Amino acid sequence: MRTTRPRSGDRVRWWAYALLALAAFACLFPLYWMFIVATTDTATAIKLPPEIVPGGNFFHLAGLVFSTVPFVRSIVNSLVVAGTIGVGQAVLCALAGFAFAKMRFRGRDALFLFVVLTMTVPTQLAIVPQYMIISALNWVDTLQALIVPGLANAFGIFWMRQHISSAISDEILQAARIDGASTWQTFWHIAFPLVRPAAFVLGLLGFVTAWNDFLWPFVVLKSPEMYTVQIAIKALQNSFNIDLGLAMSGSFLATLPLLVLFVFVGRRMVAGIMNGAFKG
Amino acid sequence: MTTSISPTKAGLPPAPPVDAARRGFTEIIAPYAYITPFFVIFAVFGLIPLLFTFYVALFDWNPIGEHVFVGLDNFSGLLGDTRFWNAARNTVSIWLLSTVPQLLIALVLAHMLNHVRLRLAVFFRMTMLVPYITSVAATAIVFAQMFDRDYGLLNWLLSLMGFEHIDFNQSVMGSHVLIAVMVTWRWFGYTALLYLASLQAVPRAIYEAAAVDGAGGVRQFLHISLPALRPVIVFTIVTSTIGGLQIFTEPLLINRGTPNICGPIRQCQTLTLFLFEQGFTQFRFGYAAAIGVALFVMVVALAGLNYFLSTRIRPVKG
Repeated sequence: MRTTRPRSGDRVRWWAYALLALAAFACLFPLYWMFIVATTDTATAIKLPPEIVPGGNFFHLAGLVFSTVPFVRSIVNSLVVAGTIGVGQAVLCALAGFAFAKMRFRGRDALFLFVVLTMTVPTQLAIVPQYMIISALNWVDTLQALIVPGLANAFGIFWMRQHISSAISDEILQAARIDGASTWQTFWHIAFPLVRPAAFVLGLLGFVTAWNDFLWPFVVLKSPEMYTVQIAIKALQNSFNIDLGLAMSGSFLATLPLLVLFVFVGRRMVAGIMNGAFKG
Repeated sequence: MTTSISPTKAGLPPAPPVDAARRGFTEIIAPYAYITPFFVIFAVFGLIPLLFTFYVALFDWNPIGEHVFVGLDNFSGLLGDTRFWNAARNTVSIWLLSTVPQLLIALVLAHMLNHVRLRLAVFFRMTMLVPYITSVAATAIVFAQMFDRDYGLLNWLLSLMGFEHIDFNQSVMGSHVLIAVMVTWRWFGYTALLYLASLQAVPRAIYEAAAVDGAGGVRQFLHISLPALRPVIVFTIVTSTIGGLQIFTEPLLINRGTPNICGPIRQCQTLTLFLFEQGFTQFRFGYAAAIGVALFVMVVALAGLNYFLSTRIRPVKG
């Protein structure tokens, strides 16, 4: 039982809840609105005052999405690209983070500083030569043009190094070495399992970023069969004079997989982002 | 970090037998092998293209035709090109409109989220990450519809309150606000979580002591929270400068009729969109590369300036 009343200074004020509720509403409403327009016909979508409950037109519009662009194919493409990048980043960053955190080698500190500095380089504006390189490799209009550049993640290396430094003691690694484990075995059987939760969140963030990426796929992909979902949405928008709900329906369908994923792993993503933030 | 203190001096058992003689060649190169993928990929798709941008910018470079060396002509052309200055102005305007409110909102929300007795804390935190997982493309399409001049939800509400309809897509300021709203929507929750993480590292006892001394919420925020947040605020200012100056997808998608220039009078064409237009619809690679160089200079200058200002300005002691 509480013996003293809480001080007024540490009670949550009503306006704190009001502000947070407003923020939550602002975050969710556009998605709800997207769903409403995606379930109504054009006449309802432009009706004022607007409809605020979903209509029954969802499957009709979804069907139109699938027949206007190869949408199933674009979802598969996005899954392949984002999945490979997510898994690849998790493993490659853990590996590099392990080397920087737990191994001694010539030039280590300078190389790590270089990795950190690359985070500040705005490489997107080098898109013309990037395209020339992809073109020289004959990778234009292929998925590897998206996957391979997406595998390098300087922030991920920095992040995994932090986790490996703090989560894994030198003693356990030395014990493994005495037992005759190679460097690779030490990493794969001891270090990686211990930081798997951090690597999982990193992979998730890589997945989400790759799923949502627009500029680079837009420049590199040419044929509709190679489109990722984001580029498919753009193609739908070009033809959205057919039906206002079409682009919205496509947007909703492209966002839905991530929303479902988020329901299951959102808590871990929040925790991951907060743990990854450096604490002044 | 490993130091040069010898284990025996520090009272630890002697180092395990990992001497070079017993380590094979593969063991010696192992650490280099582990970090190589990053360096190779970054070199091929990041560093070399960046350096090559400076080279291509010196040419009249047609992707399927001639490469004629023109010296600094692309740059002097750029300086006399009103479309370039227009894009530069738009970029800075959109960046300011999206960064300043975003960081302020995030600051306030992080402070609210940091309360120990907050109910539904997990719900609020997760909800704020929803915009971050929504793609920019989907965001642009839904916001362009909500802000539509004739049928948009927002203009309907404005007219209910007796205001004129605002043409967000076609006017200069309107389109900048629309894009800034999208960027702010996407990032404020993510930024708030970063701030919250830093706030949580501040010991509770400090707040309790301040409360005992009679400091209210606002003073606690100004004198405890804000100083603790300085490093992460600097970090978010620098990253949102680097990201904000490269905005591309939103301006491309909000004006369906004229996507590559973002409206008939280029009212919201950003530098990255101008770069895209010149490079990939006009196929003027040299000119596009020159825009890239100009953007690079801008990003470095503004990120550096922001870093300088945000690390120099100190809160007033009170």
